[in-house]
Amino acid sequence: MGIVKHRKIWYTISGLLVLVSLFSIFYFGLNLSIEFTGGSLLEAEYQNSRPETAIIQNKISELKLGNISIQPTGEKGVIIRSKNLTEEEHQALLEKISSTGSFNEIHFDSIGPTIGKELTQKSIYAVILVAVMIILYIALAFRKAGKPVSSFKYGLMAVAALIHDVTAPIGIFAVLGKYFGVQIDILFVTAILTVLGFSVHDTIVVFDRIRENLRKNIGKDFEETVGLSINQTITRSINTSLTVIFVLLALFFFGGETIKYFSLALIIGVFFGTYSSIFLASPLLVTLYKIQTRKIKKA
Amino acid sequence: MLKYRMIAVIFILAGIALGYFDVLHIFSPDSIFAKPFKLGLDLRGGVHLVYQADTSQIKPEEIGDAMSGLRDVLERRINFFGVTEPLIQVEQKGILKTIGNREQRLIIELPGVTDVTQAIKMIGETPFLEFRTENSSASTTEQDFNKLFLPTDLTGRYLKKATLEFNQTTYEPTVLLEFNDEGGKIFAKLTKENIDKHIAIFLDGAPISVPVVREEIPSGKAQITGQFTPKEAQTLVQRLNSGALPLPISLISQENIGPTLGEKVLTSGIRAGIYGLILVALFLILWYRLPGLIAVLALMIYTTIMLFLFKLIPVTLTAAGIAGLILSIGMAVDANILIFERMKEERRLGKALPAAITEGFERAWFSIRDSNVSSLITSIILFWLGTSMVKGFALTLGIGVLVSMFSAITISRTFLLALGAKGEDKFSKFLWA
Repeated sequence: MGIVKHRKIWYTISGLLVLVSLFSIFYFGLNLSIEFTGGSLLEAEYQNSRPETAIIQNKISELKLGNISIQPTGEKGVIIRSKNLTEEEHQALLEKISSTGSFNEIHFDSIGPTIGKELTQKSIYAVILVAVMIILYIALAFRKAGKPVSSFKYGLMAVAALIHDVTAPIGIFAVLGKYFGVQIDILFVTAILTVLGFSVHDTIVVFDRIRENLRKNIGKDFEETVGLSINQTITRSINTSLTVIFVLLALFFFGGETIKYFSLALIIGVFFGTYSSIFLASPLLVTLYKIQTRKIKKA
Repeated sequence: MLKYRMIAVIFILAGIALGYFDVLHIFSPDSIFAKPFKLGLDLRGGVHLVYQADTSQIKPEEIGDAMSGLRDVLERRINFFGVTEPLIQVEQKGILKTIGNREQRLIIELPGVTDVTQAIKMIGETPFLEFRTENSSASTTEQDFNKLFLPTDLTGRYLKKATLEFNQTTYEPTVLLEFNDEGGKIFAKLTKENIDKHIAIFLDGAPISVPVVREEIPSGKAQITGQFTPKEAQTLVQRLNSGALPLPISLISQENIGPTLGEKVLTSGIRAGIYGLILVALFLILWYRLPGLIAVLALMIYTTIMLFLFKLIPVTLTAAGIAGLILSIGMAVDANILIFERMKEERRLGKALPAAITEGFERAWFSIRDSNVSSLITSIILFWLGTSMVKGFALTLGIGVLVSMFSAITISRTFLLALGAKGEDKFSKFLWA
């Protein structure tokens, strides 16, 4: 019962979280990967020891490739970022690096600006599309739970919770991008979309129970019904998320570099997704219901 | 109950059979049933290239043909590398635009290729069509075409176009070559000097046709008659027309993945999967006890089904695809958790165990269905967003959601019913948590 009763606390926490996230997104900006901005990324590993970054920088600057960022990675590795390189420039770059020591090229990406722009556009469309489809689906699935709150509002509240769920990881990644050079790449977008799909799971489980309890007339009013429904489903909400978090932790620690931050984004998203479906989505339904009845009383 | 026990045994046997098939390629790669997983570029190492074709110089209605011609040229060039399973595909950008305005792209994936410079050079190079004449000094027993024929000045540079025709009386397919003015002059000279001799047409250093010259040809037009089938003739025409790249192309994106990186990604993916599976199994057994154990069994069958489907479809596995599979393992048990929690609840309401099991499955179904649909929606949209990496993830996750509805519901219910628990003594109360 406590969860619905103390809903103002959760609203405050979530509100602050969203505000802080938005602040860090706008203040730090997003550290977008070359998949979105276009550019080149070369990862190399020196066979012996890695020379000083300044030495590599010096050598490469002879090529006049514009802005170059050199980032040491692991024991002997180095990641070099630059504008979109042609194959000739790529070869010239390799030559310059080899003049600083023998190395292996592990990975090279070069992405033209048009492809980057397209991907950005597609990502935005995809996020909007997922959100809209979820509202529609929930509205459809809960069409029979039309009283006392319309099914469309269930969808709307689920999406309100979703916005909260994705703002948090984006905000955290803005900070990680600023201080640890973590980039937002296409996998991050994938993670966000997956979080959208997953965190609505838990919300649906609670909504489903509210629907059932309303049908059985459990609880003396809407607020109590919602409170009871949350209490009845809280263990399964947490447990279903726990199993997902377990596998994600395994991915984060053992899954290798490629998907490390992908799993981190998912972990953050699933965590806040579970929080919001318990503490946000359903209490919001109650608030919405109260606003609605107040209006009716006034009228 | 006997019925459920029989089905349960069938499920277990099927799971073992599938599991055996899933790993067979590791232990006995020569077996006829052994089929390795299809690994994506990021796991095998290789090159991913995106070319943009310049279509500004040709008519919109010819773009389709030109692009497939371009594809064929590049495919032929790539086959010279001996790359296994290269991917060469035409992609159009801009859904809302008419064909003429769409950007035309070629995506090329070369698994296992490490010499990128060489690959890019060979792809970008103009394919070489040339005419060669007989080498009079070659010995009569010489088999090597490169020694039998000597290069001339006439190359694909002078070819205006090739067309396919059928002889009016014999219906034999004939390939007509039309040179431009300069080429016509060279060709006239060449034919004049080589009457009753062979002229060999070489493409990329290999002879594709060796016609005999019958007379001098001043018109700048030549025809190749031979024992082709119409299909062969058509292929030849297509090849000749695309002898030079039909469209100028430029490289707009490339991605090279070293083979060591790919291997590392694969082993760490598998390791993460195993650890993840163990964690989930421990949690389920500790929290739900006997039903938990059954969920774990269902989860293992789920995993074998998934791997089997990956081979069967086949799904190209990428790092993200493996992540999708592992994530789906965590999500597959969600349905079980919903069911078991519901069972507990029904038992608290005083229902006997068998009734609680049936109720648990029935009542949990709606939330399972609704929540899985939302994941399916996401998977479909992700698949559409798709770079190859994301597509791999979306596909494995989507298949996972579908398969898990079967494994978590049908398989685990069968197992639970097969146990036939009455569950009123202390020990079974413990087992059923």
